[in-house]
Amino acid sequence: MSEITAAGPAIVPVTAAPTVRHFHHAPGEEHEHEPGEATLLGFWIYLMSDALIFATLFATFGVLRQNYAGGPAPRDIFDLSLVALNTGLLLVSSITFGFAMLAMDQAKVRAIQAWLVVTALFGASFVAIELYEFGHLIAEGATPQRSAFLSAFFTLVGTHGAHVTVGLVWIAVMLVQVGQRGLTGENKRRLMCLSLFWHFLDVIWIGVFTFVYLLGMIR
Amino acid sequence: MSAPDITRGTAPAHSHGSRKTYLIGFALSAILTAVPFWLVMTGALSAQATGYAVIALAVAQILVHTTCFLHVNRRAEGGWTMIALVFTAVILLITISGSLWIMYHLNSNMMPMDAGGGGELR
Repeated sequence: MSEITAAGPAIVPVTAAPTVRHFHHAPGEEHEHEPGEATLLGFWIYLMSDALIFATLFATFGVLRQNYAGGPAPRDIFDLSLVALNTGLLLVSSITFGFAMLAMDQAKVRAIQAWLVVTALFGASFVAIELYEFGHLIAEGATPQRSAFLSAFFTLVGTHGAHVTVGLVWIAVMLVQVGQRGLTGENKRRLMCLSLFWHFLDVIWIGVFTFVYLLGMIR
Repeated sequence: MSAPDITRGTAPAHSHGSRKTYLIGFALSAILTAVPFWLVMTGALSAQATGYAVIALAVAQILVHTTCFLHVNRRAEGGWTMIALVFTAVILLITISGSLWIMYHLNSNMMPMDAGGGGELR
């Protein structure tokens, strides 16, 4: 793109025009509105399909939850206080992301960045504690290979953890994007998608802590 | 607080909440998270009652999150967000309850096994 500007405005290729244009135009309401809305609905449909992936993993876990194969049961290996801490971290990260979105409404770039960093710190702590839990289980011999229950457990909880990790990468990318280009229409749209993604992961976690940890401890 | 939502039509309701909805959502979620953990950790109710209570509280919390954090309502995206969500919820329920139902009966119709050893080949 730097080559295009160096060559002068007269010979800008037609194909590159849409990319170049948004650097010169202020993000107009009418201009940005329609494509952004389509993206949000599309992203929502993606989240719903992601929910179906989790549905199959929950179903698998539900079917295999008591197939211990003589190995450890939930009561032997789960530490509920650790899960409660993790749940709290993810819940707080949800509201801090909400504050980032409120800052976006008021176009406060510094506040958006600060809240995104806070959200990422809570998210990173969540992933770190989950990795500690996994490491602890594996060190105790409760590996995914041990029983069908543990295979299903690691697949379900690990898939959620992988999603949170991707969310952290996305937050980092958005910090760079907002830092370099400011609050453009595109960045607003991306932040809205990321917001949906982050809150969606918290909803999935409600299912995980209820059906995997809490109900597992009762049985 | 909700004034911009109204002036800008249906779209912003999708992704912009007010500070109030976020705080209400957070307070409700905190309660709906703390109670099931407390029930299980203290064993205040019988195991069966705890199970039902925990599931009911989880469903309530999921509803709180979808309305207060994900801002799903009948107006967002002309109702398509809501339709997609309801459709997904139906498929999700069929997948999970159907799998549990079928596999439970499959297990019941197998040769008797001792408790806990269901996963092992014999």
